[in-house]
Amino acid sequence: MEPIQDLQWLLSLGTFLPLVGVLLMLFVPKKDVDTAKTIAVGTALATLAVGVYTALKFDYGQSERLQFFTSNSWIKPIRATYTIGLDGISLPLYLLSMVITVVVMIYSWNHVPPPGNTKAFFILMLVLQTGMAGTFMAQDLILFFVFFELVLLPMYFMIGVWGGDNRQYASLKFFLYTMFGSALMLVGFIALFVVTKNNASDPAAANFSFQWFNENGPDVARNTAVWIFAGLFIGFAVKVPMFPFHTWLPDAHTEAPTQGSVILAAILLKLGTYGFVRIAIPFLPQAAVKWAPAIAVLAVIGIIYGALGCLAQTDMKRLIAFSSVAHMGFVMLGISTLTDLGINAALFGMVAHGLITGMLFFIAGSVKERYHTLQISQLSGMLKQMPRMGWIFGFCAMASLGLPGLAGFWGEFPALLSAWSPAQVLVSNGHLDLFRILTTISALGTVLAAGYLLWLFQRTAMGEPAAISVGSAGHDSHDIHDVNAFEWAAWTPLLIAIVVLGIVPKLLLDLSDPGVQLITEVFRK
Amino acid sequence: MGWFLEHAWLIPAIPGAAFALIILIGKRMPRGGSEIGIASMLAALVLSAGAAYQWIEHVNSSDGEAEAVLNRWEWFRIGDLKVSIGSHLDGLAVMMLLLVAFISTLVQIYSTEYVRGDRRYTHYFASITLFSAGMLVMVLAPNMVQLLLGWEIMGLCSFLLIGHWWEERVNSEAALKAFWTVRVGDMGLLVGIAMLLSIFHTLEIGEINEAAASGDFDSKRLLMWAAVALFIACIGKSGQFPLHTWLPDAMAGPTPVSSLLHSSTMVVGGVFLVARLYPVFHVGLDMNILGQHFNLIAVIGGITVLIAAGLAFVQNDIKRVLAYSTVSQLGYMMMGLGVGAWTAAVFHIFTHAFFKCCLFLCAGSVAHTGSHHSFDMKKDMGGLRKSMPITFAAWIASTLALCGIPFVSGFFSKDEIIDSAKHNDYKVFYLVGIIGAFMTTAYMTRATYLTFFGKARGAAAHFVHELEHEHKTTHDSPWPITVPLVILGLLAIFSGYLNAAPFKWHWFERWTESAIGLPLGEGIFALPHPPEFSWTSAAPGLVLVAAGFAVSLLLCRAVFGSETSPLRGLTERNIALRAGHKFLVNKYYLDALYEKVIVHGIAYPISRAAYWTNQHIIDAVVNTVGKAGRRTGDLVYKYIDQLLVDGAVNGSGTTARGAGGALQPVQSGKVNMYGALLFGAAAVGGLVLVLVNS
Repeated sequence: MEPIQDLQWLLSLGTFLPLVGVLLMLFVPKKDVDTAKTIAVGTALATLAVGVYTALKFDYGQSERLQFFTSNSWIKPIRATYTIGLDGISLPLYLLSMVITVVVMIYSWNHVPPPGNTKAFFILMLVLQTGMAGTFMAQDLILFFVFFELVLLPMYFMIGVWGGDNRQYASLKFFLYTMFGSALMLVGFIALFVVTKNNASDPAAANFSFQWFNENGPDVARNTAVWIFAGLFIGFAVKVPMFPFHTWLPDAHTEAPTQGSVILAAILLKLGTYGFVRIAIPFLPQAAVKWAPAIAVLAVIGIIYGALGCLAQTDMKRLIAFSSVAHMGFVMLGISTLTDLGINAALFGMVAHGLITGMLFFIAGSVKERYHTLQISQLSGMLKQMPRMGWIFGFCAMASLGLPGLAGFWGEFPALLSAWSPAQVLVSNGHLDLFRILTTISALGTVLAAGYLLWLFQRTAMGEPAAISVGSAGHDSHDIHDVNAFEWAAWTPLLIAIVVLGIVPKLLLDLSDPGVQLITEVFRK
Repeated sequence: MGWFLEHAWLIPAIPGAAFALIILIGKRMPRGGSEIGIASMLAALVLSAGAAYQWIEHVNSSDGEAEAVLNRWEWFRIGDLKVSIGSHLDGLAVMMLLLVAFISTLVQIYSTEYVRGDRRYTHYFASITLFSAGMLVMVLAPNMVQLLLGWEIMGLCSFLLIGHWWEERVNSEAALKAFWTVRVGDMGLLVGIAMLLSIFHTLEIGEINEAAASGDFDSKRLLMWAAVALFIACIGKSGQFPLHTWLPDAMAGPTPVSSLLHSSTMVVGGVFLVARLYPVFHVGLDMNILGQHFNLIAVIGGITVLIAAGLAFVQNDIKRVLAYSTVSQLGYMMMGLGVGAWTAAVFHIFTHAFFKCCLFLCAGSVAHTGSHHSFDMKKDMGGLRKSMPITFAAWIASTLALCGIPFVSGFFSKDEIIDSAKHNDYKVFYLVGIIGAFMTTAYMTRATYLTFFGKARGAAAHFVHELEHEHKTTHDSPWPITVPLVILGLLAIFSGYLNAAPFKWHWFERWTESAIGLPLGEGIFALPHPPEFSWTSAAPGLVLVAAGFAVSLLLCRAVFGSETSPLRGLTERNIALRAGHKFLVNKYYLDALYEKVIVHGIAYPISRAAYWTNQHIIDAVVNTVGKAGRRTGDLVYKYIDQLLVDGAVNGSGTTARGAGGALQPVQSGKVNMYGALLFGAAAVGGLVLVLVNS
């Protein structure tokens, strides 16, 4: 499939524009906070504008083809190329990263966590933006890897400097764990390159572009492919995170500042699942078939286990963090079916989880700011003290538990449908019964999700306000106020997106389906 | 085809839009948004009536075999799967539309008085409007996804409405219980839909029914499991045994909500699903094949009839009596579907909606006017028949209908279910049916006696006393309450004549039967014809109804009528009776099993064990690896770098100093150190892999 090569500069502009903002900000004195913030938000808005322009110029009739494609030589000795492009699979995530950065920055305007240093905080967010957008536009493994790793550092500092009490441990764990996965992933990349190069009739043509692997990866001998897949699997599974590689996540989320948690949940986790869909499965379909049952089992363990973990939490933010393990389990279950239904559900689920869990972390942040605690046992009656915030919370909880008509549903329900009827190639390998048992178990996950989310809602939002938040005169303590202007500005786009995508799932599915069809074609036999 | 049938999608769309409008501007409206809700329900009612009229014309013109009217738009598509949204109109759908719109309109009018001045008046009308919209969406669904959408919207609204007064813990717990219990059933719906998709490769209801009825599927076994899974969802939604426990607790919501929830929306959702996908259940569960005396649906329905009726005896709360009565009547409907009496069961949905809605609204009227917001029959009611005559008349009309007294609506529908059970050779369920009728009459006689007869007690006594003081004899509720009562009371009596077997009037059957999706009469997957009505076959049931009335009346007079009756307090004195009473009061200990054992078990020990594993096993591995890595670094630095490499250069004299400061550089640069170590290890591994494989 020939890529479309128009507006070749557009993606590079969208990806690197934030770095221009960073450069400008470096010249702003540290004390001049407002200028720094203005430049940062301005840059993020400009980046989003470029993203919107990209979306407008995108040819939706040919969403399976790479668009705005360009390929240049980059590091010749190792045959890495600067190849970039977007298709219907990556466009939603590319855009989502820009939207999330903008709303997080708006939220940060008057919410910079201690120890302050606003300028550095905003710079980190801009650097993160470049890394995230770059990962989704990269069409070369080395380039992908560079962006994938670029994301780590700003997040490490964000948690390590602006985080909670246990930030040192959490940030180090986050960094090392992900690094460990990345290392194995890189090994997998290199091995894949070497093997495909040796197999090729024209080894001189070998390079790291996705196109090369799409064409040559499926020819790798199955046993070799299974080993290489293992490397990729670990790298991506840590990032997702899949059970049992998930333990960095609750710590990182709990300790991270609100902004970090939102970005982590909304975008960073998706790098892993995106890697499966874009790299591991299409490059090594023969190995994916072997790995799919194992991935499905781990995904379903994640769903149930994550939900049980949620039920055991006493801290609201940690509970939301654990719920990510369960939700990403549904995403991975969808991917493991190797069907277009499942992978489309997964892609939808990635965006939906980004919006919904992002919102939940925002709410947790605002609750912490008002009540100075996130202990569930000390919170009560939020609906009475701040009805708007309470109802937004209830809305997001409902969206998160997969209520039809809201975005979360379209990630979960089609995943279940696809898991009952996995790809033909898995059926002929005799895995049908396994997948059907897993479907039934994962349906239990939807009950548990309703359990932990509504229980949380009941304990924190319903009932009479908690004693700690009511002053001696019977008035609410002065920290407690309903949703403020910055919060409205940051949250409204996300809330609207949750509803619109829930009612019109076509918006995303029409975009991703043609590309997914190409990936799953080989599994339909 | 007719404008109304083509534009039926407006019927749920208007209340849906009204919901959004109430949320946005309801508080600023002069009547707090209730006018928007009522207007939208009236619009839905007019459109439904138009659709019903055109549907009947359609049936008359097409000579019995009326095709469903489909109007669909593509909602989304993934690969080969196309899912539409729109309307699927047939007799069943049209009947439900009319019913839902009609009852919702009356309930909303009633609510303007009943919840006047409520702290969340606008919220209330928003939720109840969305509730009706959800039911309408489900009823119209042309495919399983839209059905699921409506189904879950109702779940959400029941959560909001039952927990309407969420300041009190009891109410929020009842709301959670309702949502969770239904959600447990919904697992079956999710998996069942997945099964249907894998069997029929489509989610369109019409196509599924057609394929199931004509035997066009690969695996009968899978179809059976699909039917079982879907039925589990119906058990949850329609409060069937063993998931009926949420329904009585749902009384925590405002009374009009209970009346809506128990009559035409929410709880009939499960029965509707079975009726909607009848060929799937009928073929999947091999219903009505020769010599089959049991099937899952009939068994669950039958058990529900009896156990719920049993519980209705020991309630003091008038709404709880009615709640168990609903559970029991839903059991009748399920049993009817189970024994092959599709039309009778669907007709029972229709008649039951009027009289059950009326009964709840009567209870609300009593509480609103006569008993000072108390629902306790023993403490705060009694003797209200004279002071609240309209409420009393409506109550009696609906009670007669519920008990199945001849020539009142409930008789025509319920008797046909019972008669079909006998006729189709389900003898056990015939017995269940007539025993159930006995019990129904008995507990309703008790409730009627306690509420309207005898001496006024507590709040009711106070109310009657005040009336005497003002020299008035009657003081019924205001018109927004009594007008719906009168309308519903009349319908409770007369709605049954649409399908009155004794007179051979079968209009209802004629208008709806094409929705069954199965042929009637002979054939492998055919449905038996409904039995011919005869008074002799109805007689045993009627005798038992009369017996139920007599026994209950005598007992009530003896127990509650006099202060010194020897029967009073018998349940405390007699051991056997006490044990039975306790067993019933504790609801057969099912609630204890669910709440204390299962929910508590998952919420505490099991989740804690999982979390403990997470922190002390899985995470411990990670931490140990980290620590081991660091220790290795220490050792490498200490022994190899400083001792061997450096030592070789500098000689052994410097070793001691180096070892002393060993920790310092590792700590300050630990990120680099670990990263480099991991990278190094991985690179070596990769090299090995490449060498092995190339």
